[in-house]
Amino acid sequence: MLGYTLRRILQMIPVLLGATFIIYALTFLMPGDPIAALTGERPLPEATVAQIRQAYHLDDPFFVQYGNYILGVFRGDFGIDFFGRPVLDLILERLPVTFALAVTAWGLKLVIGLVIGVYGGLRAGKAADHFALVFTVLFMGIPGFVIALGGQTYFGVHLGWVDPAGIRAGWPMAFILPALVMALEAAAGLARLTRTSLVDVLRAEYLRTAKAKGLSPQRIIWGHALRNAMIPVVTYLGLSLAGMLGGAVIIEAIFNLPGIGGLMVASINNKEGTVVVGIATLLVLVYLVFNLLVDLTYGLIDPRVRI
Amino acid sequence: MSTTITTISTSDGADAVDRAPSPMRGAHRRWWLRPRFAISGTIVLLMILMAAFPQIFTGFGPGPTENCDILLTNQPPSAAHIFGIDIQGCDYYTNIIYGARASILVGIVVSAIAFGIAAVVGAIAGYFGGWIDALISRICDMAFGLPFILAAIVVLQLFGQRNIWTVIFALALFSWPGGVRFMRSSVLEVRNREYVQAAKLLGASNGRIIKKHIVPNAITPLLVLQTLGVGGMISAEAGLTFIGIGLTPPAVSWGLQLAAARDYIDAAPHLLIFPAIFLTVTVLGFVLFGEALRDEFDPKGK
Amino acid sequence: MTQLLEVRDLRVQFSTAQGTATAINGVNLSLEHGQSLGILGESGSGKSVTARTIMGLLDMPPAKINGGEILLEGEDLLTATAKRRRQLTGPVMSMVFQDALSALNPVHPVGRQIGELYRVHRGYSRKAAKAAAIEMMDRVRIPAAASRVNDYPHQFSGGMRQRIVIAMALALDPQLLIADEPTTALDVTVQAQILELLKEQQAENNMGLILITHDISVVREVTDQVAVMYAGRIVEQGPTAHVLGDPRHPYTLGLSQSVANEDLKGRRLPAIEGSPPDLLALPRGCSFANRCPLADEQCSSSAPPLESVGAGRTSACFHSGKVASNVAYSN
Repeated sequence: MLGYTLRRILQMIPVLLGATFIIYALTFLMPGDPIAALTGERPLPEATVAQIRQAYHLDDPFFVQYGNYILGVFRGDFGIDFFGRPVLDLILERLPVTFALAVTAWGLKLVIGLVIGVYGGLRAGKAADHFALVFTVLFMGIPGFVIALGGQTYFGVHLGWVDPAGIRAGWPMAFILPALVMALEAAAGLARLTRTSLVDVLRAEYLRTAKAKGLSPQRIIWGHALRNAMIPVVTYLGLSLAGMLGGAVIIEAIFNLPGIGGLMVASINNKEGTVVVGIATLLVLVYLVFNLLVDLTYGLIDPRVRI
Repeated sequence: MSTTITTISTSDGADAVDRAPSPMRGAHRRWWLRPRFAISGTIVLLMILMAAFPQIFTGFGPGPTENCDILLTNQPPSAAHIFGIDIQGCDYYTNIIYGARASILVGIVVSAIAFGIAAVVGAIAGYFGGWIDALISRICDMAFGLPFILAAIVVLQLFGQRNIWTVIFALALFSWPGGVRFMRSSVLEVRNREYVQAAKLLGASNGRIIKKHIVPNAITPLLVLQTLGVGGMISAEAGLTFIGIGLTPPAVSWGLQLAAARDYIDAAPHLLIFPAIFLTVTVLGFVLFGEALRDEFDPKGK
Repeated sequence: MTQLLEVRDLRVQFSTAQGTATAINGVNLSLEHGQSLGILGESGSGKSVTARTIMGLLDMPPAKINGGEILLEGEDLLTATAKRRRQLTGPVMSMVFQDALSALNPVHPVGRQIGELYRVHRGYSRKAAKAAAIEMMDRVRIPAAASRVNDYPHQFSGGMRQRIVIAMALALDPQLLIADEPTTALDVTVQAQILELLKEQQAENNMGLILITHDISVVREVTDQVAVMYAGRIVEQGPTAHVLGDPRHPYTLGLSQSVANEDLKGRRLPAIEGSPPDLLALPRGCSFANRCPLADEQCSSSAPPLESVGAGRTSACFHSGKVASNVAYSN
């Protein structure tokens, strides 16, 4: 187990380096002079510009810049922005909002997706199943931001149940609508996976064995079918939490939540490369860590997988 | 020691117990006649037609930015302008029809590029294995580690003015890793089949085996997968455009229309409703079409 | 004394996309305590469906029981409530499945799967159930049972897994054990051990055993009685040695010939020509007529009933007399 974990962590390193390099290269190859963007209308004196360029290592060769950057990241130093604030602080300040949004959405999705999936799976081929299928197709098909707009207009503006945007109401009221939008979109996939997995398991030979043991239908489903059906679902669930952090960007913009997404868009507009790269690096890290955690828990629910 | 003298025919009651409801059930009915295919196929066809020849739908009248009357803005639907008039004083119906092109083009071209890359790279990784496979798989891991929308945003910001091709470039750049992995595993499955082994023994070259045997047999599932992705790409384009990172004016697109309409939710709700309906129907049409295709050609992929 | 099991005129159909398939078409069976009955037939003959119908394991739909009675110690299972059936399933009758790997739940330790029977039917505590499971694993001779009770199915060999399935079936000392192709998935040497175990447990517990197989030698080795099934019907029935040694139905004759000739290495198997009838459209007459060398007009116009052809023997053939004289080359 320890050996496996260490090996997996070692494997993560090239992936992390590669992914951050891609983002780093894309960001710092952006056209436009960051200092010009910083100073706006009034140009700075030559000497000051040179000083700034030196302070931010802007004149070093590209690979040296990247190398310095990534070494800093491993020490917990994500660099500073043009106002001298540590990037990590900026991100950590915004992270709770995005995290709250992602976790709320994930929780809602978990409940909605599992309930619909299990319900459809147990009644495969019947009316309830068809209803569940229509639901999933609908929410897979309607673009998330259209649902968001609709919800915002109806519940926020029209009915006034929640604030249409902003974070004034705090958790949960400010988060409930955006999280629900994200959850509905994502729950469709989860519901389908759950349904398919459960239908497969219900056809399995070992359920016939359970029936031949004279077990009650409840015991067969709870004791024998669901746990087996959850094996592929758990993997998906773990990875999707990381994915929700990334997917929160557009929703944050629509609902004007001051999370990572907003920071990202603002930083791109201000050509704050270090912040953009910092956010991307952090998200990649989160994704990789979740990936690892999912693989480690996999062994707990499926004894056939040895770790 | 077997007394199973003849193999039983497939229409066998005992087997019927074990058999899942067959995805090929009713195969005698022609697949394109089925309602799901007919409906989603009609939507897809209509939208493609709209994207290619918007004039057909606007009665060969003026284009989206002509005949605008800046004094007459945000008018609700009327007999002359069935979808009303937008902020610039242009006929909204014409604008929406012309908006189809951006969505359809982005959706189909991005998926086609992803399909092409996935087919070639996935086939190479799966067929050759070894360090080539390891390298390609690691690159896929890296691309997978980046949240798709985030990566697209970063790329899009490289451009000040963004037209359809810029958006296609940004989305296509990170759209392939899923397809590559998928293709790779299909190829791995096909690679060890007997007819491929036989071709190898007969001295066929690698290129020939890939072209003649591997790709044709592994490509259908990938094609289906990418068809399913078209709706997602259309969604992504509209979403990015909506938050101001996708297409920029003077492009005409549903995402831009929705973004513009947002400030007038109370005054002119029709500006929001019509593009939202078109976008939703289009994405739903493509998703349904992809699903119908998948059920038909790749029952395992369910 | 009542029969342990009596099946009367059982009929089962399946609705498929192509139409309605008749899987069992009027089957009669009876079994006494301590007796062993082999049901012999090709795949599709209805033998497995018969077993599953008795055990109540059919998926309905697509299956439908169109008629008949299944009396377990005089109690009709087809009219019993679901709850009553569950009470009988396990303690009174139980089943051994063909493929032990897929018959066992991969995510539960084998001890828990065996112990579950004690917990559900006898209300044992977790600890007592585990102890009983170990005892049961000992009884089917799984080495070091106490240390393997927490292992998962995939950690056992094929033969050991089948022993676990048997331990599960025998856990509550049932009166009736149905074994559906219990050795088909196993190596030849392991097959013999498993059959030995089944035979021995049957004798020790005075259990009724129904052994379903397509393998004549298994039937010959284990069972007292045999019923040969073809296209959803029993075509011949009687004491195993007599039926297999001196068949009175051309189909049984064909089966026994194919085995006899396999012993003569180097010669081609004289497979029975033709294929079984389409279950979606069974012929009006004898189902075997299209493959039968003795068939005549009578055979294709009406179906032969099971008639007595000697002490305790029945055969469903208009020409059962002629079959006997045809045995010349069957060794």
